[in-house]
Amino acid sequence: MGISFVRVYKSNCNKLFLDNMVNENLVKDVVKEPYKYGFVTDIETEKIAKGLNEDVIRLISKKKEEPNYLLDFRLKAFKKWQKMDEPDWAGLGYKQIDYQDIIYYSAPKQKEKISSLDEVDPKLLETFDKLGIPLTEQKKLTNVAVDAVFDSVSIATTFREELAEHGVIFCSISEAVKNHSDLIEKYLGTVVPASDNYFAALNSAVFSDGSFVYIPKGVTCPMDLSSYFRINSGDSGQFERTLIIAEESSSVSYLEGCTAPMFDTNTLHAAVVELIALDDASIKYSTVQNWYAGDEEGVGGIFNFVTKRGKCLGKRSKISWSQVETGSAITWKYPSCLLLGEESVGEFYSVALTNNLQKADTGTKMIHIGPKTKSTIVSKGISAGNSINSYRGLVKMGTKAKGSRNYSQCDSMLIGDQASANTFPYIKSQQPNSEIEHEASTCRISEDQLFYLQSRGIEFEEAISMMVSGFCRDVFNQLPMEFAAEADKLLALKLEGSVG
Amino acid sequence: MQSQMKESDPILEVENLFASTNNLPILKGVSLTVYPGEIHAIMGRNGCGKSTLSKIIAGHPSYNITNGDIKFSGENINSLEPEERSQSGIFLGFQYPIEIPGVSNLEFLRVSTNARRKFLNKEELDTFDFEELVKEKLELVKMDQTFLSRSVNQGFSGGEKKRNEILQMALLEPKIAILDETDSGLDIDALRIVASGIKKISNKQTGIILITHYQRLLDEIEPNYVHVMADGQIIKTGGSDLALELEKKGYEWTDNFVKET
Repeated sequence: MGISFVRVYKSNCNKLFLDNMVNENLVKDVVKEPYKYGFVTDIETEKIAKGLNEDVIRLISKKKEEPNYLLDFRLKAFKKWQKMDEPDWAGLGYKQIDYQDIIYYSAPKQKEKISSLDEVDPKLLETFDKLGIPLTEQKKLTNVAVDAVFDSVSIATTFREELAEHGVIFCSISEAVKNHSDLIEKYLGTVVPASDNYFAALNSAVFSDGSFVYIPKGVTCPMDLSSYFRINSGDSGQFERTLIIAEESSSVSYLEGCTAPMFDTNTLHAAVVELIALDDASIKYSTVQNWYAGDEEGVGGIFNFVTKRGKCLGKRSKISWSQVETGSAITWKYPSCLLLGEESVGEFYSVALTNNLQKADTGTKMIHIGPKTKSTIVSKGISAGNSINSYRGLVKMGTKAKGSRNYSQCDSMLIGDQASANTFPYIKSQQPNSEIEHEASTCRISEDQLFYLQSRGIEFEEAISMMVSGFCRDVFNQLPMEFAAEADKLLALKLEGSVG
Repeated sequence: MQSQMKESDPILEVENLFASTNNLPILKGVSLTVYPGEIHAIMGRNGCGKSTLSKIIAGHPSYNITNGDIKFSGENINSLEPEERSQSGIFLGFQYPIEIPGVSNLEFLRVSTNARRKFLNKEELDTFDFEELVKEKLELVKMDQTFLSRSVNQGFSGGEKKRNEILQMALLEPKIAILDETDSGLDIDALRIVASGIKKISNKQTGIILITHYQRLLDEIEPNYVHVMADGQIIKTGGSDLALELEKKGYEWTDNFVKET
């Protein structure tokens, strides 16, 4: 048995700065956040009654015309969930969620069968247009295929025929259940078991829709795939489920975006994402999360409690998570990698920006099981306003992870004098012949830096956003091109207080 | 000496300026007028208020003006933001240039230059045009292009940082440049590069204020006026020979002037 130790390091920086600032309010103004996706689409929806019990689960399953194995999967998960306690170890201090006060299925009413985008309700297309996601394929502005999810259901998936030519399957998970049942049965719940945690169990019981991706052996997906999740109803939760399978020597880059209207109630978003990479396969999963964050007093906003995990099953397989988290009242998620295959690689690149009364507890778990596995963690947390931004991560070297390596870098930036940043790295090693490196830093935008940029003619707001995007550079470099630009813009928007 | 008739209007007029930080008075009645084409040197012991004066002219938010005025091209700028002062043509060369991690020097220089150009109603430059311009200016301070891809001042040696300041001055083409101990921490070669850069950039329309402890910079750039500061005031003003005398006799010699005033 090798050495085994756990280290918890916490730095709570709640320092005063900018106290000499002539106009301290300026900082507060600057970090005021506009939310330009807060509109509600007025569309007739089909909702089931609030509340959760076995009948509700049977109803969801029936509506989706699911096979029996899936209903069993749901019911088993529900039984487990009922026996579980809602976790509170992150100390996020949110108001108790009343699970009987949530609608578990909400779908915009439209024709039973849709054969082309032309048949999609124009209001829905307009909604996604307004969000900057043109679904009409005529607008081939970007070479990205989109699966658009509106509340509980997938509305449309673009570029399907082009993808099919390469054997790539990209569709909603509901369709996959119907058309690719064997793959669903084989892989669903194999990375995140139903009993994994409270919210994963809930999701397994009630998941409504989400995206499904299958990349066949040897295929490099010809375009980026993207899912756009839109919550429209204030009283329904969103429980989507994403499953991506990359066969031997295949590769795919998948992007995910999220927005929601402004409601003064909290909406629960409990998603599960499972990735599976076989020998020499690579999956790159990028998220720009901009759920509604609540107002300045912390009223409303999304509870973003998500379980994301990837399994590097094969030799030299690779899973890379990159995320830009700017929204949600509370973000609670740890996109993780199980590194089973020899020489498999896990990566996690994260920017989390919190403002006002937002809380983010995010990080990753890199579980090294196979030999010569490698993982890299780069986390950048930016806290402004009265927010709390925590990195929490686990790096574990199992007994067989001989010759494995991890490098972690966790940097925090504080803006204003009321924000706090925490770092909780957990390190467990059972393999003496492995390396773990951890670096952490906390900085704040200093008055001197601001003055320097200002004294070169650069406006205060631009100066802050330059420094913030400079701070995030290492992570932005990992994002797909279109996403990097969007992320940069999003951060600037959040910080600039300019109305888009 | 400054009362003599000038052909043009002054660029900078500091009139009986009092300023404090955290309620601690630093400047206690400074007056200084700079005309186009003039080079002024300000000398004095550490803590006499030289650097504070330069920061206040540039608009540093840590200092409060309690009395007096700063006029730039005849306009009172007491309440202007630092960026507005820079855009209108005031340049402060920092004694300790600030490191900005992650922000590329090229992008920083471009945004800065464009802010000034916008003010002057000149066309803003895209990355390609700007690279052309900056290459030309790099020559002045004998810097190579690798400086541009690095983060602003990060990991720069003392000399590199100061040359980067002069590069910024060359790009911004200010009407007045206040260079706060630009010579400190430079070896003789670097000092010559910096001094020749300053000389090439400045012209008959530019005013320059050199804040320095040493004669050696003034050997390279001969000032029209030398001011000696002590305890928040200019206690003596003379020609370039005053600096030589100061070098010979030391600041102790100036202690008598304080008594006189």
